[in-house]
Amino acid sequence: MIESQKKMDVQKIRNDFPMLAQSMSGHPLVYLDNAATTQKPQAVIYRIQDFLSNEYSNIHRGVYTFSQEATREVEDARGKCRAFLNAAKNSEIIFVRGTTEGINLVATSFGRKLLKKDDEIIVGTTEHHSNLVPWQALCLEKGLKLRVIPVNDRGELDLEAFQNLLNARTYLVAVAHVSNALGTVNPIREIIKRAHHAGAQVLIDGAQGAPHLVVDVQALDCDFYCFSGHKVYGPTGVGVLYGKEKHLEAMDPYQFGGDMIESVSFEKTTFAKPPAKFEAGTPAIAEIIALGTAIDYLNKLGMQNIMYYEQELLKDATEKLSSVRGLKIIGTAEEKASLVSFELENIHPHDVGTVLNELGIAVRAGHHCAQPTMRRFGVPATTRASFAFYNTKEEIDLLIQAILKTQKVFA
Amino acid sequence: MNQEVRLNDLYQEVILDHNRRPRNFKKLENATACAHGINPLCGDDYRLFLNIDESGIIKEVGFEGQGCAISKASASMMTMAIRGKSRQDAVKLKDIFIELLTGDTVSDAVRAQADRLKIFEGVKQFPIRVKCATLIWRALEESLKNSNEKREVSTE
Repeated sequence: MIESQKKMDVQKIRNDFPMLAQSMSGHPLVYLDNAATTQKPQAVIYRIQDFLSNEYSNIHRGVYTFSQEATREVEDARGKCRAFLNAAKNSEIIFVRGTTEGINLVATSFGRKLLKKDDEIIVGTTEHHSNLVPWQALCLEKGLKLRVIPVNDRGELDLEAFQNLLNARTYLVAVAHVSNALGTVNPIREIIKRAHHAGAQVLIDGAQGAPHLVVDVQALDCDFYCFSGHKVYGPTGVGVLYGKEKHLEAMDPYQFGGDMIESVSFEKTTFAKPPAKFEAGTPAIAEIIALGTAIDYLNKLGMQNIMYYEQELLKDATEKLSSVRGLKIIGTAEEKASLVSFELENIHPHDVGTVLNELGIAVRAGHHCAQPTMRRFGVPATTRASFAFYNTKEEIDLLIQAILKTQKVFA
Repeated sequence: MNQEVRLNDLYQEVILDHNRRPRNFKKLENATACAHGINPLCGDDYRLFLNIDESGIIKEVGFEGQGCAISKASASMMTMAIRGKSRQDAVKLKDIFIELLTGDTVSDAVRAQADRLKIFEGVKQFPIRVKCATLIWRALEESLKNSNEKREVSTE
């Protein structure tokens, strides 16, 4: 597989991203907060501008040309998302606002309808709050039990403990593909297999998976998978929920309104089939179309090539950061995506973030919406550098220099 | 302004010293008022303890918890500044500190009244950090509103 990798021309790629030419605090921007959101290639920006300038119209509004064209463009984007996840059918791709809405949709339309008192939901210790709080709320509402898969000191989910949590009452397992706080790539194939064996369904929070890994929902056999457009180099306000057809058929609508009905009278309304059933109201048309453009862009680079190059960056960053005295990497799993969370002895991440900002380096300092993870590792917060295929080893050097400078300020 | 100067303005030697060796960094077992201050954005989290006597004088102050250098130094210096003050004077000083950090223009009179605390004016150049510096003062405000009762304050 490695032999077939195309070498990435990173300098050329960087020219595709106007934001990367910006300065911050008087320094060329070093953007290492890609797990929060990714920068946009020119093609995505153009597509939005072009659509709004020259093609704009609402979808599903029938007979005139522009509306038909806009409808076709949105459905094309759906097809691209289907292919990106290797789903079987376009109708299994629901456009939502982002991963958070995707998970909430499943909690509401699937969870509220199908789960019964004393059923159990399993989540990982290292979930983002958005893959924990909706389930917590559902458990409270319906009298369900929430169970948590422990992690080891490297930040890896304990599969043996998971096996022991599974039982006849387990209805749903909800885990992240990749931990946003630690970078761990969770063994979701194994988790899905074991969950299905126990008769449970599985939702994968792919917010940090889809940007870095090849996703094949059919090979994984997951029941739901969601990701956010803005984390895969597309616009904000759009994301995808994949659901197996049989589930989408059985679920209740999420919201009610236009576009999701079959027929309406004052006595009775019948609902459209998926995906329309879950897409009430006018969607983020331009953003959906531009998400399709972002996926085209990723396909042009090749997800395999992206994976290979980002792993190189991860290795480089891990080696260089490990050599910094007083720096401890939090999350040292065998398999990680390209992000590194760390703490500096006696220096709070917020102070690290401020000094780094003064040197033009954008990182995330905080609890990363994963407070249970922070608690598990006994830190209030971490500094997180997350890398994309447009980052370079030179930028990692600048990060290291900035960390040394931070230590000097606080020495 | 160049970054070196800005950083030195923010992380002045006195601030770094209070961060390294926070004063009155302890729980008061016999506190008559306390409050909990949280900054959910970055995880600053402090508990403030006051021991106020019958005539309304703050006899003892202590704090514990964790957070960034700015929040910790601010808390440490506050404990020193309000000890021995009356409730009313402590509230006045709180108002001065908040004005120092959030006022559009700060008068020399305010700076003079802020006394040693005026070094926190440098935080103003870092708007996102103002909350760190004011967190403990917000907690003080809460704790003085109602003694003998636990108070919670959050910056968000």
